[in-house]
Amino acid sequence: MRQFAGFGTAAQTNERYKFLLEHGQTGLSVAFSLHTIYGYEADNEYALGEVGKEGVSIDTLKDMETLFDSIDLSKISTSMTINAPAAILLAMYIVTAEKQGHSPDLLRGTIQNDILKEYIAQKSWIFPPEESMRLIIDTIEYCTQHVPQWYTVSISGYHIREAGSTAVQELAFTLADGFAYVEAAMERGLNVDDFAPRLSFFFNAHNNFFEELCKYRAARRIWAKRMKNKYGAKKPESLRLRFHTQTAGVSLTAQEPENNIVRVTLQGLAAVLGGTQSLHTNSFDEALCLPTEKAVKIALRTQQIIANESGVADTVDPLAGSYYVESLTNRMEEEAEAYFFKIEELGGVIPAIKANFFQKEIANASYKYQQEIEKNERIVVGVNDFQLREACSTPLLKIDDQVSKVQIDLLNKIRKNRDNEMVKAKLEKLKIAAQGSENLMPYIMDTVREYASIGEIISTLKEVFGTYDEDSIF
Amino acid sequence: MSENRRIKVLVCKPGLDGHDRGAKVIARALRDAGMEVIYTGIHQTPDDVVNTVIQEDPDAVILSILSGAHNALCPMIMEKLKEKDIDDVLVAVGGIIPDEDKPFLEKHGLKGFQGPGTELKEIVEFVKTNLKR
Amino acid sequence: MGFEALIDRLLKGDTRAAARLITIAENDIGAAEEIINSIYKHTGKAYILGITGAPGSGKSTLISTLTNIFVKEGKKVGIICVDPTSPLTGGALLGDRIRMKKHFTTDNVFIRSMANRGQLGGLARATEDAIKILDVYGCDIVIIETVGVGQSEVDIFRPAQSVLVLLVPGMGDDIQAIKAGIMEITDIFVVNKMDLPGADRKVSDITQMLELSMSFKYDYENLNQDHAIVHKWTPKIVKLNSKTGENFDNLLEIINEHKAFLKETGVIENYRLNRIKNETLQILKHKLTRKVEGLIHSNPQIDEYIRLVMDKSMDPYSMANLIIKLLGIE
Ligand code: B12
Ligand SMILES: Nc1nc2c(ncn2[C@@H]2O[C@H](COP(=O)(O)OP(=O)(O)OP(=O)(O)O)[C@@H](O)[C@H]2O)c(=O)[nH]1
Ligand SMILES: [Mg+2]
Repeated sequence: MRQFAGFGTAAQTNERYKFLLEHGQTGLSVAFSLHTIYGYEADNEYALGEVGKEGVSIDTLKDMETLFDSIDLSKISTSMTINAPAAILLAMYIVTAEKQGHSPDLLRGTIQNDILKEYIAQKSWIFPPEESMRLIIDTIEYCTQHVPQWYTVSISGYHIREAGSTAVQELAFTLADGFAYVEAAMERGLNVDDFAPRLSFFFNAHNNFFEELCKYRAARRIWAKRMKNKYGAKKPESLRLRFHTQTAGVSLTAQEPENNIVRVTLQGLAAVLGGTQSLHTNSFDEALCLPTEKAVKIALRTQQIIANESGVADTVDPLAGSYYVESLTNRMEEEAEAYFFKIEELGGVIPAIKANFFQKEIANASYKYQQEIEKNERIVVGVNDFQLREACSTPLLKIDDQVSKVQIDLLNKIRKNRDNEMVKAKLEKLKIAAQGSENLMPYIMDTVREYASIGEIISTLKEVFGTYDEDSIF
Repeated sequence: MSENRRIKVLVCKPGLDGHDRGAKVIARALRDAGMEVIYTGIHQTPDDVVNTVIQEDPDAVILSILSGAHNALCPMIMEKLKEKDIDDVLVAVGGIIPDEDKPFLEKHGLKGFQGPGTELKEIVEFVKTNLKR
Repeated sequence: MGFEALIDRLLKGDTRAAARLITIAENDIGAAEEIINSIYKHTGKAYILGITGAPGSGKSTLISTLTNIFVKEGKKVGIICVDPTSPLTGGALLGDRIRMKKHFTTDNVFIRSMANRGQLGGLARATEDAIKILDVYGCDIVIIETVGVGQSEVDIFRPAQSVLVLLVPGMGDDIQAIKAGIMEITDIFVVNKMDLPGADRKVSDITQMLELSMSFKYDYENLNQDHAIVHKWTPKIVKLNSKTGENFDNLLEIINEHKAFLKETGVIENYRLNRIKNETLQILKHKLTRKVEGLIHSNPQIDEYIRLVMDKSMDPYSMANLIIKLLGIE
């Protein structure tokens, strides 16, 4: 069990991490600030008002060193929620460990690194899809060779669902993304059994109890079948779909926030009955702000109660054989197959992204969902029914605007003190490599070592890769 | 002089915030209520927003911000609008806006502040009743 | 109500004034008349380019790329994008602007989205007013994107000096649509999305269609016989990738060629003559329709006629003739 954390500067988050580790947590989960997520430096025009707000602000290796200061990276497992610039943050992590004296093969953790769902749902891409894919495959290849205990992509349905998809769409689009990574890695010449066991999934747990648990069952079936039959995987670990689940943030209400505790319990239960390997239970103040300590604790307790008191985790797939569960699982599998067919017809996942296929499906589904609530066809207790308006009295966690100044000062200091000639030289080398077809990880690591900032590395790659503008539909 | 007047609304996502589900839903709801709606897409800088307001001349601007950057971005947008003498446009912000930030934003001339769970018809009504021209 | 102050500012190139005047023209035809009345003498400097084609064929993307080039040449560009109004709700999603992000903050590009508010033909009622306003505002070029429903979007031929029609590789239905009326108004055919398979095929389809066809834009009615023979413009065809800008130098060449053609042959005069005629016709239609509508709902005499028609003592044609008499414009 680990909780998603990151706010303010690296030093502030480091304090929190040390606190969590002292209190028995064995894994860390890093949330990054939006400017880091998009690969901008803290003093970029776009970072205005964002620095440290939604996660920890990272500009250079220095910040990463501070983030894990006095934390032994060979002893913990770290999960990093980062996508477009994932290769850079992974490089920073590996170099930080290197400086602590640990070789990469000791490192354990996960990096989200799922760019396809960015175009589909989360919207934090940087480069065009093809170039992004290259970076993803670079990390898969690099980790397969040097960081074998690392989970390279966390293929995420969570965001797709939160953006407004239905359960079936979540199932279908996520698996389609997964297969796209498998195909791209195989095209690179990797052996499917070498990398597939290090792919994992990340699903949403929404309100409809049976639909959710059947979704996970269908996902496992589809994955295993395709991996075996279509991609020729032989190892059982390649066929096994490992997944993490997070309860649906979007289902939680700002009205009567305590009700959310009950929602999260039911959602978490569905995930456990559906066989999830790990679970994140959302905090009841989700719709209000970044979670407060009290809310986080209740969320953690909720999953502990499910895991330790209810006994539901004692049996594998305890609902197998139920008429309703089996038929619903079958139906969802069929509906997902129909989507695979459509995606195939459009030429695959990337062409379908460019044709706005997923985006349209999701926008339509989310508008429908909203209308159902308003027409009272979908009851949201405390919002459109049994409503009891009250002023929000939950104490909120706020990040002050000073953080931005502190972070920018740090960044300026580094710019002054590093060897700027070396930085330039390494960036130039990276640029040349990007123009070719080599794996970019070693080049990125070289720039990181010289304290090149994430913004500089991304700008260099933009010169070669270009950027991507969404054809936003609405 | 409103022989054929339609309410024109700009729906914007300022800053790096990628939470566009709400903005898109609002855009559609306003359209279905008979308004002419422009959605700018994500990643709008304050200058982008102001430029679009100048050229499109909307009656209302809906800023949807869930990232927490409202206190930095909104006053800047308001200031730039003021510089251009634009004072007859309703500018509203909503999304995730903590109660304690409202007075500050109000002082800068912003309205709205609706958050999760707001009914779409409430937003339509809000726009209709708060227009400045 | 007077608009002198705004018009003064417009003449000085004030962006907000231009924007506000367009809003006024959109919302109130009476006001539009007043505005055009005072600015008409200043119009006529801008080159007007019309872009039409099926939904999703890439009109906005093409305009965006083209505008980038014009801006680099130091030109001031106005863009008007027309989108359909929902007949059910009266609302509209104006979605073209989003494709043109790159120009948002430049002072030399003015983008305006317009809903067609139920007008057929691909433009909004006030589009032509907006063009004039942007012309006076100081745009060197005004580009218009039509609604993009595919067929019968022929109104663009009225204001535009050059009309581009977009087609895309694959599906043959766009060719059918062209045959149904768009061909006569086209100066340049663009096969957009040349990066997709089938672009060459599309080019030859169009070539073939043109070979079979006799009627082009400049050999109809008003051209005197000599002109028609000597100055015939056969529509040009160009393949483009609007996302990358590939082949845009070709497009520019063709546009310039067409501009030169219009000027050197004097066809431009003819264009102006036709434009005035057609525009006036359009305005008259509008005014008369409104008059007739007013009359029908308020004149007791007409209620009489209607009763007669219901009794079969009169037929609708005869009634129409009587109403024309009432209007006093026989
Ligand atoms: C869905 C969601 C996501 C999805 C977004 C998908 C998408 N494309 O939109 C995903 C999973 C991708 C996501 C990602 C992240 N998220 Co998020 N997300 C949410 C969530 C759960 C729901 C938002 C939503 O879409 N609701 C449904 C829509 C219809 O409602 P809405 O947007 O609120 O709009 C309604 C009203 O607010 C109102 N409204 C909105 N705008 C306006 C404007 C005006 C003028 C008016 C009148 C009304 C109005 O009308 C709408 C209709 O009712 C919220 C928490 C919550 N429950 O609200 C967190 C939340 C917004 N996310 C948060 C965070 C931190 C993130 C991440 C940064 C996490 C990370 N570090 O990786 C990323 C960043 C992504 C990015 N690129 O910006 C935080 C923000 C914290 C803060 N501001 O202090 C929240 C509050 C969760 C939390 N408590 O921590 N998220
Ligand atoms: N592959 C390819 N795609 C293109 C090209 N030009 C435009 N597109 C894409 O085609 C889609 C539609 O482009 P738009 O420019 O919005 O088309 P439009 O004709 O303006 O569409 P409407 O205004 O909705 O009628 C977008 O996804 C563009 O990115 C091109 O040359 N090649
Ligand atoms: Mg368009």
